[in-house]
Amino acid sequence: MTFLATLVNGLSLGSIYALIALGYTMVYGIAKMLNFAHGDIIMIGAFSIFTCITSLKLPAILAILIAIVLCTILGITIEFLAYRPLRKAPPLAVLITAIGVSYFLQNIVLLINKLSNKTTFVFPTNILPDISLKIGSGDNAIIINGNTIFTFIVTAVIMVALTLFINKTKMGKAMRAVSEDKETAELMGISANRTITVTFAIGSALAAVAGLFYGGTVISFNHTLGSMPGIKAFVAAVFGGIGSIPGAMLGGIILGIIEKMAEQYISTSLANAVVFGMLILVLTFKPTGLLGKKINEKV
Amino acid sequence: MNKSPNKKPKLVPYPSNSFVTERDLDKPPVLETVHLGIDFGGLNAVDDFSILVGRTEISGLIGPNGAGKTTVFNLLTNVYQPTRGNIMLDGYSTAGKTVAQVNKMGIARTFQNIRLFSNMSVIENVMVGLHNRMPGESLLSSITHLFGFSKAEKEAREMAIDLLSFFNMQDLASANAGSLPYGAQRRLEIVRALATNPKILLLDEPAAGMNPSETHELMENILRIRDTYNIAIMLIEHDMNLVMNICEGICVLDHGKVIAKGTPDDIRNDPKVIEAYLGKKR
Repeated sequence: MTFLATLVNGLSLGSIYALIALGYTMVYGIAKMLNFAHGDIIMIGAFSIFTCITSLKLPAILAILIAIVLCTILGITIEFLAYRPLRKAPPLAVLITAIGVSYFLQNIVLLINKLSNKTTFVFPTNILPDISLKIGSGDNAIIINGNTIFTFIVTAVIMVALTLFINKTKMGKAMRAVSEDKETAELMGISANRTITVTFAIGSALAAVAGLFYGGTVISFNHTLGSMPGIKAFVAAVFGGIGSIPGAMLGGIILGIIEKMAEQYISTSLANAVVFGMLILVLTFKPTGLLGKKINEKV
Repeated sequence: MNKSPNKKPKLVPYPSNSFVTERDLDKPPVLETVHLGIDFGGLNAVDDFSILVGRTEISGLIGPNGAGKTTVFNLLTNVYQPTRGNIMLDGYSTAGKTVAQVNKMGIARTFQNIRLFSNMSVIENVMVGLHNRMPGESLLSSITHLFGFSKAEKEAREMAIDLLSFFNMQDLASANAGSLPYGAQRRLEIVRALATNPKILLLDEPAAGMNPSETHELMENILRIRDTYNIAIMLIEHDMNLVMNICEGICVLDHGKVIAKGTPDDIRNDPKVIEAYLGKKR
């Protein structure tokens, strides 16, 4: 039953990618920028959970809430200080700034870590309730651990909630309006800045949750924890069609499954190559992604 | 319809270099611009644009192509920041305000090229216009309403249906805005602008692409909007039949400058206007 086990692992990893990709795709859809510092918010989230539990000995639920609040504030602050002054700047300037913010966050954490002479940390594994699910019996049984189960359930709940939020609430409609035509939305009395702030807040809160699950998956981590999942989630967002929320979910999950399948059936060391190869394929044959819309050039 | 489009009100001089209908004389003007101007590089796109619009006036902004009419609309809504001059909307200056804030102060517009949120439904387009009139501003209240029954959302839907029924469009509420026929898209843009509760509504070429019977219906609708909501309407239009029939005051722009102001009859016979449209007599 290796195939089934690999599929479950892929779904779990894919759910994490989907959570991160949601942040990428929402920010891109509304602010029309690629926030390459998004991955590092995951890292900050993981570190804050680690610190709260290991050093401050706080209960897990409190640690998670603190991480979510901290990442949300961080996301809003980064947007306000780094990106808002560049609202009318060329996209390349914003992109370079985002990369700069990414390295800034990594190096701040590295600097703090050096004070304690430690650069690699072990993520606490006792955060989520220790449950596991056994499917099948005897030699064919596969065991799904708590981290996998929680990742999957939480991601599913967040996706449903986010879809409802975007479609059913006033703020959600404002976000879609800004995403479609920022200037017209402003002419209808919607503050684009405020909408962008909310987008960054939601994306960063999701990144904190992703930090919890990704930390629980890799266990050993350092200040570059967010780089790889950040880039892969970006690939997932492009894969699904950047700017599209269902696309990010689909892209994330497909990418997670492809990565785990490649690890299992091709080679562990080639898994990343397969993942990024998929990006090249998608960009060649379907440049707008699986669920992306055709971009109509404005006349 | 109780007011015939052909019954022309008298324009009277207002204590500035402008006119206003007798009806609006005792009320403060809804819009006043003073020596408004904007330069694009070295070009004076609009210069010394001073007008005054009464509370319930229907006014027209006309002029040859490239005269700067749409630029004036962009200035009035703060999409462009004026290089010179001042805009007073309902007695307050719009200088330094954001586009969204100026909309809240009481100005809304439609576009020459339709700019609906075409991936959203008809009713959602109207609800976007209702954004600032609905409670539940904060993210937190949006989330608490997420799974429960949202009263504000229901109210917004009812208001949107009300507004749509003004144009008899309530049955199209759940249709995709982008899939509506052209005329309905134009009407929906007006409904969306009205939803923001403006004191003055700017219509940029509302009759563009319409046949004579559609244009006639539009004229009736513009008068009906003014009479129902008691707001001012300013329109840019090339259809002279429409302009001369429903506008009470007309302002003619040429090369960014006001060349004439007055009633339709004044404008029709103004030699400068005839020259701007047809060229100089040789």
